[in-house]
Amino acid sequence: MSAISASIIAACARALAGPSVRWVNVRPSTRQRVYFANHTSHLDFVVLWSVLPRKLRAMTRPVAAKDYWNSGLRKRIAVNAFHAVLVERGGKTAEGDRTAAARNTLEELVEALEAGYSLIVFPEGTRGNGLEVGPFKSGIYHLWCRRPDVQFVPVHLSNLNRILPKGEFLPVPVISRVVFGAALKLEKDETKESFLRKAHEAVCALGEA
Amino acid sequence: MNFKLDHQMFLVLNVVIGGLIVASLIGFALSRGVKSEERKATIDNLNARIRAWWIMIGIFSISFVIGPAGSMLLFAFISVLALREYVSLISTTRADHRTLFWSFFVFTPLQYWFWYKGWYGLAVILIPVYAFLFVPIRLALAGETTGFLDRAARIQWGLMVCVYCISYAPALLTLNIPGYQRQDAKLLLFLVIVVQLSDVFQYIWGKLLGKRKIAPSISPNKTWEGFIGGVATAVALGTSLWWMTPFSPLQALLLSLAVALMGFAGGLTMSAIKRDRGVKDFGSAIEGHGGILDRMDSICFSAPLFFHLTRWIFVSDHPFLFR
Repeated sequence: MSAISASIIAACARALAGPSVRWVNVRPSTRQRVYFANHTSHLDFVVLWSVLPRKLRAMTRPVAAKDYWNSGLRKRIAVNAFHAVLVERGGKTAEGDRTAAARNTLEELVEALEAGYSLIVFPEGTRGNGLEVGPFKSGIYHLWCRRPDVQFVPVHLSNLNRILPKGEFLPVPVISRVVFGAALKLEKDETKESFLRKAHEAVCALGEA
Repeated sequence: MNFKLDHQMFLVLNVVIGGLIVASLIGFALSRGVKSEERKATIDNLNARIRAWWIMIGIFSISFVIGPAGSMLLFAFISVLALREYVSLISTTRADHRTLFWSFFVFTPLQYWFWYKGWYGLAVILIPVYAFLFVPIRLALAGETTGFLDRAARIQWGLMVCVYCISYAPALLTLNIPGYQRQDAKLLLFLVIVVQLSDVFQYIWGKLLGKRKIAPSISPNKTWEGFIGGVATAVALGTSLWWMTPFSPLQALLLSLAVALMGFAGGLTMSAIKRDRGVKDFGSAIEGHGGILDRMDSICFSAPLFFHLTRWIFVSDHPFLFR
């Protein structure tokens, strides 16, 4: 049931957002991955998930904010249809030291990875203005520290903010663009700063690709 | 508004499909003997166009079989896709959001609903009057003044071209010409065939003979040779179809000429917009054709003229020409 409703929602999202999808220097693969993207709209994870090949969708879980997605219809969409991992956005000020909420979040994500799922994350933590990619929170770095064997694949989303801007509830169909890039190449002893810089640069570069 | 598939239409559809089969075979043969990379790209593009043609003719035939409602729905859907491409290309702002919502989900369905109901008066003024006034009012209510006139004009223009103008194509089904009742579908077929043949033959003549560019700053592919060859071929073929229309051969010739010229003008105008926005195509929905709007640009401009000329000659109260 949930797989069907997810497919229906994905089809609607694709019809609305008419995404043009590009894979640059990377191929769709069943390898375990963390897709990380810029965040401009509530539609982001739905569209990103919907443009993945069918086989990959079943093994990919979006990560979404509990405060928005944890009630009523939204919950039914996020949890039942997309099998999303809902996380607290408590660790907002995580400049180096992690709050309890952030640690909790990390555990949940690691758990999902341990179970063999790929993840869709938005390391900005909040929706940006759609023009520039905001600074990344450090959670994604800590996730990598725990599971360095997983590929971290950058994704750039554009125009989704025009479909459903912040504060609007009725969508307008606009053609969007989803660009997948090559997985990050990382050293074993990558520092947090250089990890976040590489990740941020990878997403920004795809915006110009 | 109603029509049946008569033998004339059946014949023409068969000829079109036959032509496509021939084109596909030629495309296949060409792709076999190709050597240089540059020629290969051209032939791949040609074959992609032919494939897209099969899909278009398939959808078109299905909508004909379903009937007028099918055609209205098909073109309403095309309008939405065209408007989506247009809106994606032009820059809109947050403050335009709700006005755009009205354009997509209120004015577009209404436009086609009015045509479907045969409410000529309303269908003809909905967008030029009501939407024209509504758009700036709604934008003013949104309270953002930056680029106000610019933004309003862009949305108005999008509605006119992508919704109002395209809706004139299925509107042909509502004409109800005396002595030609229940056969209006053949008018739509006539329009689409002449416009698309003109496009195709401009492309072919341009590729074969094209030298002198018409408007190099707008469209480097449009040449005088292609233009004259394409229009002449389309007019000749359009005239040869007079028997399926209510037109005399002379009327068919003049209307084909008007349709082909407006089609060319539409292509040129839409190219100017694309050039201004720095893109080659409006979208990538149809493989090899760019976007829907790249295929519809000639219909956008020719359909309203074809509709009103035909209506003026055969339906309106005071015709004074051609009769």
